[in-house]
Amino acid sequence: MANLNLTSENIKRISGVDARKCMRCGKCTASCPNFEDMEYHPHQFVYFIENGKLDKLLESKSVFKCLSCFACVERCPRQVEPAKLIEAVRLTVIRQQGANHLLPDEIPAAIDEEMPQQALVAAFRKFTK
Amino acid sequence: MKYSYYPGCTLKTKAKDLDIYARSSAEALGVELVEVKEWQCCGGVYTTAQDEIATKLSAVRTLMSARDEGTDLVTVCAACHNVIKRVNDDMRNNEYVSTRANNYLQAEAPYAGETRVIHFLELLRDEIGFENIKKAVKNPISKKIAAYYGCLLLRPSSVMQMDNPENPSILEDFIKAIGATPVISAYRNECCGSYFAVTDKSIAKRNSSKFVDSSEKNGAEMILTACPLCLYNLKQNGGASVPVVYFTELLAEALGVK
Amino acid sequence: MQKIGVFICWCGSNIAATVDVKRVAEAALHEPGVVYSADYQYMCSESGQTLIKNAIKEKGLTGVVVCSCSPRMHEATFRKAAESCGLNPYMVEIANIREHVSWIHKDIEEATEKAVILMRAAVAKVNLNQSLTAGKSDVVKRALVIGGGIAGIQTAIDIADAGYEVDIVEKKPTIGGKMSQLDKTFPTLDCAACILTPKMVEAASHEKIRIISYSEVESVSGFVGNFTARIKKKPRYVNEALCTGCGICAEKCPSRKSKNEFNEGMDTRGAVYIPFAQAVPKLAVIDPTACIKFKTGKCGLCERNCTAKAIDFNQKEQIIEEKYGAIVVATGFNPIKLDGLEEYGYSQNADVITSLELERLMNAAGPTGGVLLRPSDRQHPHKIVFVQCVGSRGLRPCDKPYCSKICCMYTAKHSMLIREKYPDTEVYVFYIDVRTPGKNFDEFYRRAVEQYGVHYVKGQVGKIVNDGGKLIVHGSDLLMNEQVIIDADLVVLAAAIEPDPTAKSVATMLTASIDTNNFFTEAHPKLRPVESPTAGVFLSGVCQGPKDIPETVAQASAAAVKVVGLLSKDQLTCNPCVAGSNELLCNGCSSCEKVCPYGAISYITKEVRRGDFRRVAFVNEAVCQGCGACTVTCPSGAMDLKGFTNKQIMAEVDAICK
Repeated sequence: MANLNLTSENIKRISGVDARKCMRCGKCTASCPNFEDMEYHPHQFVYFIENGKLDKLLESKSVFKCLSCFACVERCPRQVEPAKLIEAVRLTVIRQQGANHLLPDEIPAAIDEEMPQQALVAAFRKFTK
Repeated sequence: MKYSYYPGCTLKTKAKDLDIYARSSAEALGVELVEVKEWQCCGGVYTTAQDEIATKLSAVRTLMSARDEGTDLVTVCAACHNVIKRVNDDMRNNEYVSTRANNYLQAEAPYAGETRVIHFLELLRDEIGFENIKKAVKNPISKKIAAYYGCLLLRPSSVMQMDNPENPSILEDFIKAIGATPVISAYRNECCGSYFAVTDKSIAKRNSSKFVDSSEKNGAEMILTACPLCLYNLKQNGGASVPVVYFTELLAEALGVK
Repeated sequence: MQKIGVFICWCGSNIAATVDVKRVAEAALHEPGVVYSADYQYMCSESGQTLIKNAIKEKGLTGVVVCSCSPRMHEATFRKAAESCGLNPYMVEIANIREHVSWIHKDIEEATEKAVILMRAAVAKVNLNQSLTAGKSDVVKRALVIGGGIAGIQTAIDIADAGYEVDIVEKKPTIGGKMSQLDKTFPTLDCAACILTPKMVEAASHEKIRIISYSEVESVSGFVGNFTARIKKKPRYVNEALCTGCGICAEKCPSRKSKNEFNEGMDTRGAVYIPFAQAVPKLAVIDPTACIKFKTGKCGLCERNCTAKAIDFNQKEQIIEEKYGAIVVATGFNPIKLDGLEEYGYSQNADVITSLELERLMNAAGPTGGVLLRPSDRQHPHKIVFVQCVGSRGLRPCDKPYCSKICCMYTAKHSMLIREKYPDTEVYVFYIDVRTPGKNFDEFYRRAVEQYGVHYVKGQVGKIVNDGGKLIVHGSDLLMNEQVIIDADLVVLAAAIEPDPTAKSVATMLTASIDTNNFFTEAHPKLRPVESPTAGVFLSGVCQGPKDIPETVAQASAAAVKVVGLLSKDQLTCNPCVAGSNELLCNGCSSCEKVCPYGAISYITKEVRRGDFRRVAFVNEAVCQGCGACTVTCPSGAMDLKGFTNKQIMAEVDAICK
């Protein structure tokens, strides 16, 4: 993962988000419905990216735990848009060869009769390249 | 009143009810919905990355075809609505995305976000008017109903502009219009767990059940939604013991066209 | 031909680091009329001024150009220096090579070139300057204070104590403002009413103060020392001279549904009411939107019961016109509306309240008689969550970008008072930063934590939902790196404060400027903080920026001193840069008269040449403020502004374009 060129600048370019606007209020983390499942929480994504400490985020499963529900984006008083930062990190990870988080082989076991197509399309969009 | 209509793939398969009853209700209300020609899947989720152009193109094609028809575009699935409306906003306000999308599509007339995208609920509220729907109701639904918004209809509010993102009322007003009583539940605008239904059911379970529990505690006899995935999660993962239905189905029932 | 001296200031390294001052001085010598040039490290210093003075005397200078900082800083300094050795001060011009050049450029070449050009323009102007003599205008020895909160009251008392007449115009039926709604005040916890009421009474009984309550300033004309204000007095439907304030009318009034503003709408009042027990003036007022008599023509119960015969349903709006030498803006603030911040659920839950509402819930004159009961079911709350920075320090459209400054301290106060009075109550405060700069302020906050056991949680609240009657507060604890979920009985929001909505119209009326947040702008943020840039208009209290009571009172007194300084003068020196009309060119079209914002232009019939009588513009120099609107409007080029003549300005433009 060393060759990823995952710099804060890259994340800024992909996400369009300036992490330096953060005032460290933690409202994103307070709002996150998936807090429990994340090793690193939205405010940590913002802070780590702001400080160029990206290795930990990159290696963490937390990038695959964001629901993209935009609660953090909606409520952030500073318009930092943490979900966009998380998405940028996740994309940087899965854009590598062989880094897909969801494989077609896993699908038959994961679905049932009722599950809408939308769920599969969305999951593939978020977790694979 | 004539509109371009985008059903989306789930509405042709697992969520047929959402589509069929939208059409029959529209007809009953004197609204003509013309299905967009050769539409493609919206992509399911909007990609926020600046450099994701290809994932936005199918939505642009839909938006262009509505523009070429000269009509507003009506969506009914909350997820499709979210994707198409946000891509439309990019085409209008994000030069980086719009330039690249247009370069790729090479259309005769480049697309600059001209189409107005409205959700079926907005069609009911703003174009037809809940007052008129109330008048058209033949079979009032005398039930206590909890509305589930989820996240896609409301956020980000700066783009979606449907309602107050933290205190919405459009679904409750709809519930009143069809003769039912709205039940306000906690977490009605929080995520259901979404596509984690595929990869991690425990997440979907935890998120959906919060709303379901609150609704049932508040005495709801039914739960209403506008999204196939929300419906799935509330039912399968939220453990709802009351029926979870699409708002269009109830509308059709109230209008006597079910 | 003028004999001009050009003086280039280094301003330490402020200018000299970016502008080659020697080259500017050398270039000056090649300009027409320039006989002398010099550069110096600090031209504004005593020795710098001496340098200028000596040159005037020794070289017989008739004009001076100082290339330095903005004329707002030192134009007066250099003009005074010139005047002291006999040169007319209006023969001195400033070329601003600091703010306009050195501070905004990096490249020395470019900066020096621009400095030379600005110097050249100033020299071109001075070549055409003429000596000007300032006139005098009389000062009306009366001040107007707009707003009767603690700021307005303090300013008025201080001005009145200095012996000048003051009118306080208050839009509400009583003075007292926001402070009258507070329970206790930090950091000493004395009761707000106990310290405010004496001030209100003092204002009311002061022989030099007139309180014009339930009134608004409708328009203001004139200029410093001589303003005329039209004040609209709304009808109270109660005769002020007869009403004794006994309150019988309010007791008898059968309409009881109006929200009581004094208690932030948490209880109701009659259609006829006295705002609160200590109101000044203590007079009843009828709210015609709620009054049964006004709505149906029947009732009149108050009229029948009033032994003083003060009820007057036929009262009409009145206009008071008065002249003032100075005007003080003390329009105050309001907590913001919370519709855009519904993640906190204010409008969805009765038990989510604002801090100002909490003040009323803890006050003996409040809706619960001072017992802390939550609004929904009038039960004692046992778990209370305070949320700080609600709408402050944010960038969304519903947020304010600034810190509201008072919230940290009043929240510490609230949490401490609650723990003192109800020790069985758990209190949580969500904070982003605790900001307590002020004497005894941090000690006060620490007492809340250490002595009273208030739980301070570093983090913001993201969402508050009502789940079956309990308020579920989702917050974050950044130090624990945890999401905290608290089921609270009562949530108190520290809503941001914003200027009163009238600030905007008052600013327009006074041609005083406001910033993007509608706070009034100071003449100088550090050195003239209580004056507006408009001469004769002063600022008192939160209308200028968020501040607490001690700061407000200090600023109110400072504004009063400035007013007294102005009113103590019998006459003011006018600005000699006023308009003048060339009667031979004037065609009497009245265009200038129409655009003049000060009413300084009238038309007279005058014999301009023998036997040639014409209708021509006449400028009242005492009234003209030199804004120049008439000069650009005049179609025949007859109107000109002294000190800024069309010729002078064209000469500057030519010099720049050369």
